[in-house]
Amino acid sequence: MAKAEKKWLPRWFYQLASPRWCYQICGKLLPGFSLVTLVLLLGGTLWALLFAPADYQQGNSFRIIYLHVPSAILAQSCYMLMAVAGAIGLIWKMKVADMVAKSCAPIGASLAVLALLTGAIWGKPTWGSWWVWDARLTSMLILFFLYLGVMALNSAIESESTAAQSTAVLALVGLVNIPIIKYSVEWWNTLHQPATFKLTEKPAMPAEMWMPLLVMVIGFYTFFAVALMLRLRNEILRRERRSGWVKELLLVK
Amino acid sequence: MSFNSFSEFLSMGGHGLYVWLSYALGLIVILANLVLPLQAGKRLKQSLARRIHREAKRS
Repeated sequence: MAKAEKKWLPRWFYQLASPRWCYQICGKLLPGFSLVTLVLLLGGTLWALLFAPADYQQGNSFRIIYLHVPSAILAQSCYMLMAVAGAIGLIWKMKVADMVAKSCAPIGASLAVLALLTGAIWGKPTWGSWWVWDARLTSMLILFFLYLGVMALNSAIESESTAAQSTAVLALVGLVNIPIIKYSVEWWNTLHQPATFKLTEKPAMPAEMWMPLLVMVIGFYTFFAVALMLRLRNEILRRERRSGWVKELLLVK
Repeated sequence: MSFNSFSEFLSMGGHGLYVWLSYALGLIVILANLVLPLQAGKRLKQSLARRIHREAKRS
């Protein structure tokens, strides 16, 4: 029975469960991802600031979109990853999944802050106000508080496995906020403009405007991967400090 | 190019403060997410290595 169950999932899923394998594969992936991130973010920023045309209504303040949209997308993607990793940790008792979930929280919180701040800065010249208690803005603020809650809960509980379990439950409950953020601009009257990228339709803005945005979004994804792998490697070393391979690794230096 | 001169680029059609403030914040958040874990990793490796050496001496 146990054997039949094991064939259910692909091999790499079980390899991922090994902290040592995960530490090594992250180390191998990091240089490539860092290079791609550097190229995409640098190229995307230059494209966004220098070559993208100004908006006919908002003028050049529109260029904030190239930071605002990627950080908002990533803050939500990161939350989903954190909740899914937490769920995997709960179901399969996979230590690496718990570590991924824990590493996601500070990165996601910082990206939520960036999305909120760039949104406020963009709102001032566009709406005439830094902040409005609007459905999209409020649900995004709640996302930030959820991240803070996850981080606080994780650091408040001494036992690492209990901390991982409770934060996973909190993250899963908070998952309900993600569709609320997504559909807030459709369900409620809002100042916020609708999504730029949709899977089913072409973007409403011209290609010279959305192409650099796409570059920035992809660049933010690879940046997130780099930031996550850096934190994950630290977390693996810390949690596995008593295992033989970590001792070996550190004694060589 | 959307701008004719460097000063035009800096002023961003009167929205310079908003645009540059946003991009400065973006830079800070991105760099912090890379520098902080790198520093933490360095400190962690040092303290773990010290502990391992201590334990090796004791045994």
